[in-house]
Amino acid sequence: MISYIIRRTIAAVILLLVVTAVTFGIFFILPKLAGQTADQLAQQYIGKNPTPEDIAAVKANLGLDQPVYVQYWEFIKGIVSGATYDLGPTTVQCNAPCFGYSFKDHLEVWPQLTERLPVTLSLAVGAAVLWLVGGIAAGVVSALKPGSFFDRSAMGVALAGVSLPMFFTGQLALLLFSYELEIFGRTYVPFTENPSQWANTLFLPWCSLALLYSAIYARLTRSGMLETMNEDFIRTARAKGLRERKVVVRHGLRAALTPLVTVFGMDIGLLLGGAVITETVFSLHGIGEYAVQSITANDLPPILGVTLLAAFFVVFMNLVVDLLYATIDPRVRLS
Amino acid sequence: MSETETRAAVPAPRAEEKPLLKVEGLVKHFPLKKGLLQRQVGAVKAVDGIDFEVRRGETLGVVGESGCGKSTMGRLITRLLEPSGGRIEFDGQDITHLNTSGMRPLRRDVQMIFQDPYGSLNPRHTIGTIVSAPFKLQGVEPEGGVKKEVQRLLELVGLSPEHYNRYPHEFSGGQRQRIGIARALALKPRMVVADEPVSALDVSIQAQVVNLMDDLQDELGLTYVIIAHDLSVVRHVSDRIAVMYLGKIVELADRDALYQSPMHPYTKALLSAVPIPDPRRRGAKSERILLKGDVPSPISPPSGCRFHTRCWKATEVCRTTEPPLAELKPGQRVACHHPENFEDQQPQDVVLLTAAKEAGELVPDEVLAQSAETSAAVAAEVEAAEKAEAPAEGPAETEVAKETGDK
Amino acid sequence: MTELSKTGAAVGEPVRSGDAPDAFLEVRDLKVHFPTDDGLVKSVDGLSFQLEKGKTLGIVGESGSGKSVTSLAIMGLHRLGARGKNVRMSGEIWLEGKELVSASPDEVRRLRGREMAMIFQDPLSAMHPYYTVGSQIVEAYRVHNDVDKKTARRRAVELLDRVGIPEPDKRVNNYPHEFSGGMRQRAMIAMALVNNPELLIADEPTTALDVTVQAQILDLIRDLQKEFGSAVIIITHDLGVVAEIADDILVMYGGRCVERGPVDDIFYQPQHPYTWGLLGSMPRIDREQTDRLIPVKGQPPSLINVPAGCAFNPRCPYADVPKDNVTRTERPDLREVGGRHFTACHLSQEDRTRIWNEEIAPKL
Repeated sequence: MISYIIRRTIAAVILLLVVTAVTFGIFFILPKLAGQTADQLAQQYIGKNPTPEDIAAVKANLGLDQPVYVQYWEFIKGIVSGATYDLGPTTVQCNAPCFGYSFKDHLEVWPQLTERLPVTLSLAVGAAVLWLVGGIAAGVVSALKPGSFFDRSAMGVALAGVSLPMFFTGQLALLLFSYELEIFGRTYVPFTENPSQWANTLFLPWCSLALLYSAIYARLTRSGMLETMNEDFIRTARAKGLRERKVVVRHGLRAALTPLVTVFGMDIGLLLGGAVITETVFSLHGIGEYAVQSITANDLPPILGVTLLAAFFVVFMNLVVDLLYATIDPRVRLS
Repeated sequence: MSETETRAAVPAPRAEEKPLLKVEGLVKHFPLKKGLLQRQVGAVKAVDGIDFEVRRGETLGVVGESGCGKSTMGRLITRLLEPSGGRIEFDGQDITHLNTSGMRPLRRDVQMIFQDPYGSLNPRHTIGTIVSAPFKLQGVEPEGGVKKEVQRLLELVGLSPEHYNRYPHEFSGGQRQRIGIARALALKPRMVVADEPVSALDVSIQAQVVNLMDDLQDELGLTYVIIAHDLSVVRHVSDRIAVMYLGKIVELADRDALYQSPMHPYTKALLSAVPIPDPRRRGAKSERILLKGDVPSPISPPSGCRFHTRCWKATEVCRTTEPPLAELKPGQRVACHHPENFEDQQPQDVVLLTAAKEAGELVPDEVLAQSAETSAAVAAEVEAAEKAEAPAEGPAETEVAKETGDK
Repeated sequence: MTELSKTGAAVGEPVRSGDAPDAFLEVRDLKVHFPTDDGLVKSVDGLSFQLEKGKTLGIVGESGSGKSVTSLAIMGLHRLGARGKNVRMSGEIWLEGKELVSASPDEVRRLRGREMAMIFQDPLSAMHPYYTVGSQIVEAYRVHNDVDKKTARRRAVELLDRVGIPEPDKRVNNYPHEFSGGMRQRAMIAMALVNNPELLIADEPTTALDVTVQAQILDLIRDLQKEFGSAVIIITHDLGVVAEIADDILVMYGGRCVERGPVDDIFYQPQHPYTWGLLGSMPRIDREQTDRLIPVKGQPPSLINVPAGCAFNPRCPYADVPKDNVTRTERPDLREVGGRHFTACHLSQEDRTRIWNEEIAPKL
């Protein structure tokens, strides 16, 4: 078990290194391959009408005149042990984990990420609770009465939930409940400040996001449940004389939900890296919104930071899922 | 042609006639990996050093419990698996490590029939496509065209030529197994390896397929290796039978010798466990030998004789020394220090293992008495024969016995 | 065994329907039909038999003959689950004076696992992979007994010990996949017997097991039956197994009973051509067979389109022996042909005796 975790952690670190290398490559090497010089690159970051001094300063500052591997090494070193930037008259200390500074607003990337993470976290976790409860309940009821009215309508709603895009349902909900009826607020309030206000403003994003996911989860639960209820061990449970409810919950659901753990881990991992559309639609200042801003501004350090954070969450959740799986299913041996 | 005639037609092995398939020291280990660096920490010793040969035109039955390595053996001799060691010779040619292209000509000569008539046919292909696949793979154009040949094959296995354009799901289990057989016979193979060919079928259908395989053997002069767990089926179809236990052949003998006077205690236990469809012989169940516990793991098989942990005759030598597969009677090879129906190979060795004591408790007294009796009787007989023949040379095995006895 | 079959009224003419019988278990004219998109599947179509305590009935038949559906119907299990929603069932099942077909699902549920228990073919898939063997037995005990977990656990260990599991107090905490096939089936038996049921139904209990393990399990079932005095129904396709263990045999074909009677009669004086077919297609380990096997020609019938008349007529070599094409138009009734020995066949008694003695018996 311990050896398994160590092995997986090493693999995760390697994977993250690859992700940084690829991202780094895309934003630094590709322009060079396309024939852009360091001067031109530096110029992009400064804006209009730069003086040659400015360009030289940026070049030195970013190390654009150095070989790529040196730049990459500096970047990795910054994450691990922090970095010091020499800005001519002053030096700036960037503490580990240092993802550098935004080229645009010159703010340090890491504090930006930590500041925005609670927003994304609140959104993802809240929505997850909603879609788990809704999706699984609908899926179980559908599976127990396949072909019934409930089954068909639930699966119809599920189909709609999957096919309607978030910027449609989200906008609609926002327009109706927030602008017209003014039931829900529109400005994010941290949980620590005012929990009820926090829930109030997040309710619509939660529901919109949960609608999408619970549709998927309902279908997954339904098919898993249908399959499980045909298993021999369900027949055994019934043959013992167990009440049907107990058969469904204790024997059926437990087995049917195990595969969902994998999907759920991936989904949460992805969402923590930024629920891009939801955050944009509802103007939540989370990781996803930060990513969109940075990409449109071609602002490399934040992009690298967000990518790495997102990759970290996915890899981390994957590990969690595997460990969880081993505790749920005793047949899985981690070695 | 009746079966007796078929059996009689199988020629007694002449010394100059080479066997069709010869296997020596065949080994297949599946490595087990573990830990940070995925080091190999052990191996599943599925097949662990077996020797046998298959004669032209005969049927060799291979029996054993699940996990004894019989299926792995089947996949090795058809070279669907790469052996870890040993040597396989088909018709004088060493095929042990032939690569895919080297195997191509052999694929015509050796075919396999599988257990599951559902899983081994592609549901999206018509019967015609399935049965003609071997022609396409081998680039063979049969006389009169592929379609005509496939229809002939379908008729040969008792299906109608009109089935050519149907799909597997339209057929019952028995018919699907016939399709599998037709496919296996397409290239006129010389040897067919059948892994549990009838165990998925109902009794009445099972008989149809067994008879079909019998007829085809007569008609086409096929050589069969039939792997099965059902000892009744194996008795019915085989000329010779190999009994496997934990990756080893423990007994290899002609059918009648094996069923009438099994020499390995495991063979005896296995045969006695088969329920007999004869209610009046229920009284005879006191002869039944119940084996203690389960088959040990093939990852770390017991030392010496692998059966010693469950054998009621085990002695110290069984734990320490692996008995060789020796021809103790003409046509009957056994790997045992204390064979049944024969004189003891290690009579001086009397230390009973605790395992043997426990195992002995499960064996009816009659069986114990009987096995002691037969061994003693045979020993007496041999002794008498020796006296008469001495000092002329006796059969090799009695000499061995004498040596060990004299120690 | 012959004394048993004489005294045990395990097979007999069913009492007229409606009132409670004397027999411990009596099934009368049981029909279980499943409507499907392709048509009505008549899995069981008019089955009757009786079984006394302490006796073993072997139900023999090929796949799709309705033998498993019969056992599920007795347990009331075919009504549960998605497929059970629209099952059509008629007839009567009397267990110790209680009628089960008309009983409410909850009444049947309360009997299930307590008065009647079942063991299945594949013990690996029949046990829940996520729970320990012990907790599954504990669960079975606590459904019907109001005891704390500790007591139930003691009971589980006791039962595991009784079915021959070494170190039961340790193995009770193992998961099913940590048991060998034979051990798992022993544990299944322990689970079935935890409430001392009076009826034990074993559906192909040894088919998935190796022959040496099969011998152990059959032995165990026999011993336990002696000890608990329960009635046992053993469902199998293996005539060897029923010859070893059954007092009476019921041969099913196409959802109907074609022959039933004491075990000796079925093996030595079989009356139905299908039974002859089964005996002839079976390779024998106990004797030298000089001739080929005698298979039953053709394929088992579809349960949606059961052949008119005798269901076996398309495969029967003697279908044309009775006059007027009766085998293809009229369904034969189950008639007594000797003490408690019944068969459903249009052949006359003389024809049957002649064919058996002259054509079948010499070839077996």
